[in-house]
Amino acid sequence: MKDIRYIFAIKEAMEEEMERDENVFLIGEDVGIAGGSFGASRGLYDKFGPERVVDTPISELGFTSIAAGAASCGLRPIVEIMFMDFVTCCMDSIVNQIAKMRYMFGNQYSVPIVVRMPEGGGLNAGPQHSQCLEAWFAHVPGLKVVMASTPYDVKGLLKSSIRDDNPVIFIENKTLHAMKGSIPEEDFTIPLGKADIKREGSDVTIVTASRMVHESLKAADVLAEEGISVEVIDLMTIQPWDRETVFNSIGKTHRLVTAHEAVKQFGFGAEISAVVAEEMLDELDAPIVRVGAPFVPASYSLEKFYVPGADDVKNAVRKTMERSF
Amino acid sequence: MRKPGKKKLIEFYTWMTKIRKTEEKLMEVFSNGEILGFLHVSIGQEAAPVGICAHLSDLDYIATTHRGHGHAIAKGIDLKYAMAELFGKKEGFCMGRSGSMHLADKKHGVMGANGIVGGGIPIATGAAFAARYQKTDQVAVATFGEGATGEGAFHEALNFAAIKKLPIVYVCENNGWAEFSPQSIHMPIKDVISRATAYNMPAVQVSNDVLEIYEAAGKAIERARMGGGPTLLEIKCDRWYGHYVGDAQKYRGKEAVEKAMGKDCLLNFEATLLADKVLQKKDIEKIGVQVQSEIDEAVDFARECPFPDPSEMMNGLYI
Repeated sequence: MKDIRYIFAIKEAMEEEMERDENVFLIGEDVGIAGGSFGASRGLYDKFGPERVVDTPISELGFTSIAAGAASCGLRPIVEIMFMDFVTCCMDSIVNQIAKMRYMFGNQYSVPIVVRMPEGGGLNAGPQHSQCLEAWFAHVPGLKVVMASTPYDVKGLLKSSIRDDNPVIFIENKTLHAMKGSIPEEDFTIPLGKADIKREGSDVTIVTASRMVHESLKAADVLAEEGISVEVIDLMTIQPWDRETVFNSIGKTHRLVTAHEAVKQFGFGAEISAVVAEEMLDELDAPIVRVGAPFVPASYSLEKFYVPGADDVKNAVRKTMERSF
Repeated sequence: MRKPGKKKLIEFYTWMTKIRKTEEKLMEVFSNGEILGFLHVSIGQEAAPVGICAHLSDLDYIATTHRGHGHAIAKGIDLKYAMAELFGKKEGFCMGRSGSMHLADKKHGVMGANGIVGGGIPIATGAAFAARYQKTDQVAVATFGEGATGEGAFHEALNFAAIKKLPIVYVCENNGWAEFSPQSIHMPIKDVISRATAYNMPAVQVSNDVLEIYEAAGKAIERARMGGGPTLLEIKCDRWYGHYVGDAQKYRGKEAVEKAMGKDCLLNFEATLLADKVLQKKDIEKIGVQVQSEIDEAVDFARECPFPDPSEMMNGLYI
């Protein structure tokens, strides 16, 4: 095992997959000579050259569709979108083209593409550099949506995403980039579509992902002192999500809280809650509580009040513990 | 480049006739209600796909538009299975999932028609990127109308291809109409080729004449194949029918439509071939009969094919 930062775990995943498969290449703004805006591709340009680490104009729609065209001709592109907010410039590419190409063309073409992007607050970067838009993509048939919360997870999930023959929206989190964690020296992957129980508990299930996993774990520590035992499920893959792990957990705890940094309304927590209500409402002992950001654009000066944290999760758990059917 | 010989000229004429008669047949079966959704025909614009695809092999790529039947036909798509797709049948190239607007045939390098105006331009550029990456001598072609040149996708793709010198030819069939709006409403310039200046890209404008197109496309494709980078080719042509079949074109005026129909690339080419004694009247009739019977067979085949079963709807979303 070795200690590594999240951002370098991303780099290692890309580097190892590029070594493993010559069809894998990286494309995006400043990914080459500059090594990536957040340093995710540092050193890769020197190692693999401009043909495989491709600097682009500021042109998200263009280079994402170009990568899609290349993917349908046998390559395996990794596209870097500098901030998740900028992915809105390439919605035609992702929603109309990439997500539909194989199905719409009757399985003639595959589009094995990974579109990587960091989401979330933490930099006081304001309304157009802090959004969490995973639910947009989880709503589009044909895409997989992955969110990684630790250096170990980000490496294993990114390697699986690169090897996956489906298009994957791979969401990182800016506040996690500097986080250190332990990973094996040898090659490893984490399967897509499987959740990870980050903490076992018996009273309440929290279904969460990305940065909110850590906020939920912090909340769980405090709640344990209050005698509340919390199970924290890191979904890791938002679409398709691991129903079995979630259902089993709720079968044990009978209470559900969902937590994400995205605004609460129509977030992935809403889908989890709705499916649980459809499938196993009779297993619940109390109403479901959702945690998410308030329904306004991300705030510049009030960011720390805007972004949900451990306190919000604690309050949500207490709320569901106070009630019962 | 060598001028096309007699055999090639007859081939061009046959392909153009095949596109014309296929589109006419499609209008007929669409009016019968046998084809669902929207239908956009390319009648009057048959010269471009034939002049361009004459230089392409099955390994070369083409990404086309919602008005893309002609390009798929000229690229060699099997008409029977194309027709089955247009009829929404299971045996269609896309299993009845795409219809006219997304017709694709990987075997012949048809990367798909596209329902999004300009959507295929960067995708074809990606195919050119892949050809460069894989060190093949394949070439990609993107076709689009002048309306698509208002899209960001057009500019972003041309900018990228010019920077990277990718093996691609951008073919704009400028028929003067972006859906229901004339060019004067959506372009501040007269010629699409002017846009290439911004990307330091060579650009050539030709008329709706198959031989002119063949020559210009040949040079551009050869240049791309040899590593010389992209070219923008503009073909000034006319749209006869509306944006879609059933569009009464009230915004256009009867006279303008009649004038457009007076400029017939197929009839003009036929007159040239007759004058040059490449073909005689009886040859023309024979080609017409042969092509028509192939189309009728394809329609019969499509009619007999079953629709996909509803139980198959969820198949193949993920692999």
